Amino acid sequence: MEHGSLTDSKNSTFCLMDEDHTLANSVRFLLNKDPRVEFCGYSIPHPSENKVNIRVQTTGDSAKDVLKESFQDLIFLCQHVRSTFEKSVADFKSTQSRQEMNGA
Amino acid sequence: MSETASLNMQDIPQGQLPEHIELQRARVFCKADAPVHTEDVEYSGAYAAVGFDNSLQVDDFRRDFRVEIKNLSMDDIEFDMIGIDASLANAFRRILIAEVPTMAIEKVLIVNNTSVMADEILSHRLGLLPIEADPRLFDFLSENDTPNERNTIVFKMEVHCKKRGPRLTVKSDQLKWLPNGSELLMESPNPSTKPRSFTSFSCSQASLPQISGRPIGMKHLDIIITQLGPGQSIELEAHAVKGTGKVHAKWSPVGTTWYRMLPEVKLLKEVRGNDAEKLVKKCPRKVFDVEDVGHAMKKAVVSRPRDCTLCRECISGAGEENIALRRVRDHFIFTVESTGALPAEVLFTEAVKILEEKCERVISELS
Ligand code: SF4
Repeated sequence: MEHGSLTDSKNSTFCLMDEDHTLANSVRFLLNKDPRVEFCGYSIPHPSENKVNIRVQTTGDSAKDVLKESFQDLIFLCQHVRSTFEKSVADFKSTQSRQEMNGA
Repeated sequence: MSETASLNMQDIPQGQLPEHIELQRARVFCKADAPVHTEDVEYSGAYAAVGFDNSLQVDDFRRDFRVEIKNLSMDDIEFDMIGIDASLANAFRRILIAEVPTMAIEKVLIVNNTSVMADEILSHRLGLLPIEADPRLFDFLSENDTPNERNTIVFKMEVHCKKRGPRLTVKSDQLKWLPNGSELLMESPNPSTKPRSFTSFSCSQASLPQISGRPIGMKHLDIIITQLGPGQSIELEAHAVKGTGKVHAKWSPVGTTWYRMLPEVKLLKEVRGNDAEKLVKKCPRKVFDVEDVGHAMKKAVVSRPRDCTLCRECISGAGEENIALRRVRDHFIFTVESTGALPAEVLFTEAVKILEEKCERVISELS
């Protein structure tokens, strides 16, 4: 990954290699939802190159730290989605088998 | 003075949006000509002027996020994901299609093919066959790796159609798993050395503890691969490796996977009598029902909004102003159709894990 470092740390462009809309759009969503972020957007400079540029401008904090925290939040969200989903599946399976037992 | 007054709406409690703006935030409106308010307002400070906090707190997400399973069978799952943004739902969908790995036939060594189907077409058809093998037990085969029992599955096919007999239909059950690896020998430049086979398995795959319980094979045994005429035969070996749908669709673990936002159908005015009957007839998905309200009066009610396809038939022509069609912005009806390598519900958890891994990789590179 490259890091477009500038003189001020609150505005930066990050270049993620081997990533696409999947990750960039998710993290853009989280960055935009972060009150410390003034502006955030991403672009894929060319469709045949596997990279995305993410622009982060904050109201004062270091853009790199804010970006890192957003990725951390994304991990928390994913973990929660996963555990909720697994629990629902387990519940569904157990009620289903109970119904089958009652039906039989 | 007038400026502050417009922002200071006495009748609306602090931290809440006025009703019409809240609707625009939480719903997509489907109008007769086109949907409006389709875009999500992401910016955390978008409603700062009315004191509404549009930021996302992980704790709030934890509290509000729900999953409801609607349908679960061997290969399919349908569930509702409530309280999540489209960007994340779409990330899961994209990962399911393109980035969850499976095993698929990548290399075909053809010993003999006298059928009318050309080698490359036959190979392509073999590649698309779903293989019942847990991809999590295998490694990716990179360019310089030698194929071994941890990254390659070998199948053999030998079919011959008898002379003066009927034509023979070759189905996927003709592919036989070779747990000991390739049986074909490489041509060696030096005749004195022992010829090597195309794979170097150190042990039989069937003896690996993870695999021994569930022998590897084709998911469906009745897929037609080709037909042989009298006297024609095919002899080949097929090597399956791990890959992702990004590289070739044959590695995609899903037939397809999709989501739609929950439709919301609201009657803005009461629709009575004849109009009610007409409305029920108009809807091809039988979303509306007629209800008796006594005194020989009938009115239309919305009874199955989930079935609505938003075909907009009910808001075209007369009666358009009576109905509001909307979609709930954070309620996704998610369907996964597995091709069979892994059950659909496992595929979804794998997809979420892959997104987590992506984040971890970037975090470690940022540090
Ligand atoms: S949009 Fe179509 S499916 Fe939905 S309620 Fe109207 S007529 Fe029925």
